[in-house]
Amino acid sequence: MANFYTDNKDLRFHLKHPAMEKIVRLKEMDYREREKYDYAPHDFEDAMDNYDRVLEIIGAICAEVIAPNAEDVDHEGPTVADGHVTYARGTRENHEALTRAGVIGMNFPRQYDGLNFPMVPYVMAAELVSRADAGFANIWGLQDCGETILEFATDEIRQEFLPRFNKGATAAMDLTEPDAGSDLQAVQLKAHYDESGGTWLLNGVKRFITNGDAEISLVLARSEEGTSDGRGLSLFVYDRADGGVIVRRIENKMGIKGSPTCELVFRNAPAKLVGERRMGLIKYVMSLMNGARLGVGAQSVGIAQAAYEEARKYASERKQFGKTIDQFPAVYEMLTLMRVRLEAMRSLLYETARYVDTYKAWSFIAAERPLTKEEREDLKNNTRLADIYTPMVKLISSEWCNRIAYDAVQIHGGAGFIKDFPVERLYRDARITSIYEGTSQLQVVAAIRGVTTGGYLAQIREYEKKELRPELDHLKKELVSLAGDYEMRVAQVVSAGNNELTDFHARRLVEMAANIVMGYLLLHDAQRDAGYTSSAELFISFAVSENRVRSEYIGSFEEKALGLYKVS
Amino acid sequence: MNGIKIVVLAKQVPDTRNVGPDAMKADGTVNRSVLPAIFNPEDLNALEQALRIKERYEGVTVTLLTMGPVRAAEIIREGLYRGADDGVLLTDRAFAGSDTLATSYALALAVHRLAPDLVIGGRQAIDGDTAQVGPQVAEKLGWPQVTYAEEMHFEGEKLIIRRRLERGVETVSAPLPLVVTVNGTAPACRYRNARLVMKYKYARTDTELQAESSDYIAAGRSSVRITEWGVDAIGADPEQLGLSGSPTKVKEIENVILQAKESKRLTSSNADVESLVRELLENHTIG
Ligand SMILES: Cc1cc2nc3c(=O)[nH]c(=O)nc-3n(C[C@H](O)[C@H](O)[C@H](O)COP(=O)(O)OP(=O)(O)OC[C@H]3O[C@@H](n4cnc5c(N)ncnc54)[C@H](O)[C@@H]3O)c2cc1C
Repeated sequence: MANFYTDNKDLRFHLKHPAMEKIVRLKEMDYREREKYDYAPHDFEDAMDNYDRVLEIIGAICAEVIAPNAEDVDHEGPTVADGHVTYARGTRENHEALTRAGVIGMNFPRQYDGLNFPMVPYVMAAELVSRADAGFANIWGLQDCGETILEFATDEIRQEFLPRFNKGATAAMDLTEPDAGSDLQAVQLKAHYDESGGTWLLNGVKRFITNGDAEISLVLARSEEGTSDGRGLSLFVYDRADGGVIVRRIENKMGIKGSPTCELVFRNAPAKLVGERRMGLIKYVMSLMNGARLGVGAQSVGIAQAAYEEARKYASERKQFGKTIDQFPAVYEMLTLMRVRLEAMRSLLYETARYVDTYKAWSFIAAERPLTKEEREDLKNNTRLADIYTPMVKLISSEWCNRIAYDAVQIHGGAGFIKDFPVERLYRDARITSIYEGTSQLQVVAAIRGVTTGGYLAQIREYEKKELRPELDHLKKELVSLAGDYEMRVAQVVSAGNNELTDFHARRLVEMAANIVMGYLLLHDAQRDAGYTSSAELFISFAVSENRVRSEYIGSFEEKALGLYKVS
Repeated sequence: MNGIKIVVLAKQVPDTRNVGPDAMKADGTVNRSVLPAIFNPEDLNALEQALRIKERYEGVTVTLLTMGPVRAAEIIREGLYRGADDGVLLTDRAFAGSDTLATSYALALAVHRLAPDLVIGGRQAIDGDTAQVGPQVAEKLGWPQVTYAEEMHFEGEKLIIRRRLERGVETVSAPLPLVVTVNGTAPACRYRNARLVMKYKYARTDTELQAESSDYIAAGRSSVRITEWGVDAIGADPEQLGLSGSPTKVKEIENVILQAKESKRLTSSNADVESLVRELLENHTIG
């Protein structure tokens, strides 16, 4: 029986990270629901066993249902008629299998028919689904909207919407408009309160909305007349059953073709306010997007895994010049770097998920009782880390996913360009990951704060403190030296006092920090399981050369050279 | 039909689909210890049919019935994970060595005690491939039987069943009580349900509980008990069970070693596929 969870030992390795003990205890609030729900865990082992078993169900569905459907879904795609979307047959089958397995709404509290799982297994599920079909992964991943409802909506709204997820309701996040893409402050869709009907009504147009015809939609709209910036925007929840929104068209896309990307027209669509007015963009959408960015991180890792496997298989079968092509240095180098990048980005993904888990768990506890001083510190620290790691993981994994898919096509030669092989679809699917949920450039805009305020460096220094086996010492030395170099380059750029220069070098600096962070994470993996030592070694030597290129570039860059780059 | 009680017959079998070199013992019998024990595939199709009826009509209950050693309790748990209401494990030393006649005798008595309206089983088990047990249970109960079922639903009090036959499809109707055996061409069984797995993973029979050293069980985790019945529970005559109740005697086992494989290499081109289809039609492999 094929299973995408059990066939990849890295997943259980990350699931069983030592930090999980604390995360699960916080998330389960000392296992207090064990008497109330017959499926709640009694203790840590019991909870971990649950995650393992449930991921095994999802892994089976991915390998036996979703992956085999992916090609047909890619060809058939969704259709639109009378303002509503019909999924491809395979998409419906995938969704039904997951719904029946009772895994949707995985991380919602049990009182809303969720399973109360932490982010780590939830993100892992997203990785599995993405490996099977990246387009379908969006429909799966949009359950994130429930998380935003849970965190910010009234209990009445939670009760109304959250239990529907587990029964199979799908969701959408309606942010982008024709003139508001990267810059969401420009959102125009209008919300006005209709006194007579006692409800908010939405009017306007949204564009590029994934799964726009979902049962449940979160909509960013301008509720404050006369405003023009982010502070005039509020977040609303719209129920398709109420009517008022039609799908004008769905886009004809390069990849993730099974995922309907909709243009929506709102005509007096009734909706409910989520949280407070004016906080829509600055608070709720930021939180929503952070969740979705982690989701795209998982999606990228999943696609990269699929592409790597296709390449590995093909290279071991295809013969040229009398041997299989994986015997040529040019090919095996590509394959090995694909694998090492994949392992590095996966470690970064789950590290980020653990920070998110920790701060979310503390926030839920804080809603019930005051936190102690240490607990508050821990909440703050993990919130900060989640904030700076999320754009980093979105940036790195989406870019590397593209790189891995590119190399996977290359390894297939001409066959990679032909639609008969899955790698062609993976290559097209990969392309969106560095665009939506904020382009790579916008991830850098978000991540650069971690560079300039010293957030990444502080965490790197924390990693440095960890005791390692002596045979890993030489690798740690390399990282310590990379960190010193990084610190110097950051100081150099920041001290110039020129924001444009900082923006210019921003991506280089974020990537330097990311390479060091991933180097440490792989080193810690190797500490926990010696089997990862060669990956750590390979990655760190790769990081040394990658950082050197960037460091030298920054070092020899003269401020006035900016002018040479400017386009008039 | 609302309110009916269904019993699903299910067997734990060695996974003979992926046999390795040591799958058979020297005496020609199946080496059960090296093959993973699985839910007999067509019994999963049967379970799915039962669960669909349960979903479609109100107040329907589904009980899994399996006969085997203590570890066959795993079959009951697998059923619970997918939506069965409960299960009974028929286990007793006296059952060991039963052929299809003795097995169906025991199963029929257990069914009699459970008193369902409908019994659904798989067509056959992959370890014996006899397809006799379902029909024999029906005979012993004196109930009508429908075999090779693929789909079923109620019209009034009657069960309408689509049967997959060699050369086509036949739809029949039958009154309850009834025994139905389900074909592998019926819809695959649903996956385990997350919540049910978490709820039932510690479901145990009494014998399992005594044997278990796990702290979980000691801590009272096993909130759900799986019913275990022995010879007495079903009032069976020991003479009709096990080896003494099994007239089937294995006279001889021949090891068939395939000498040469006739093979042909085809590409995925239309021409090759077409010539293969034509050949298969001509020698009546298909059609
Ligand atoms: C398939 C698909 C699905 C989508 N799904 C959704 C969805 O479900 N919900 C939703 O709300 N939206 C969705 N979107 C929209 C998506 O999030 C936006 O397309 C994306 O954020 C970029 O916005 P834009 O297309 O307007 O590009 P623009 O903002 O016009 O960007 C164009 C280019 O300019 C660069 N750029 C812009 N501003 C800056 C800056 N300050 N610094 C540096 N570079 C900058 C960008 O990086 C990019 O390279 C989807 C888009 C696609 C294609």
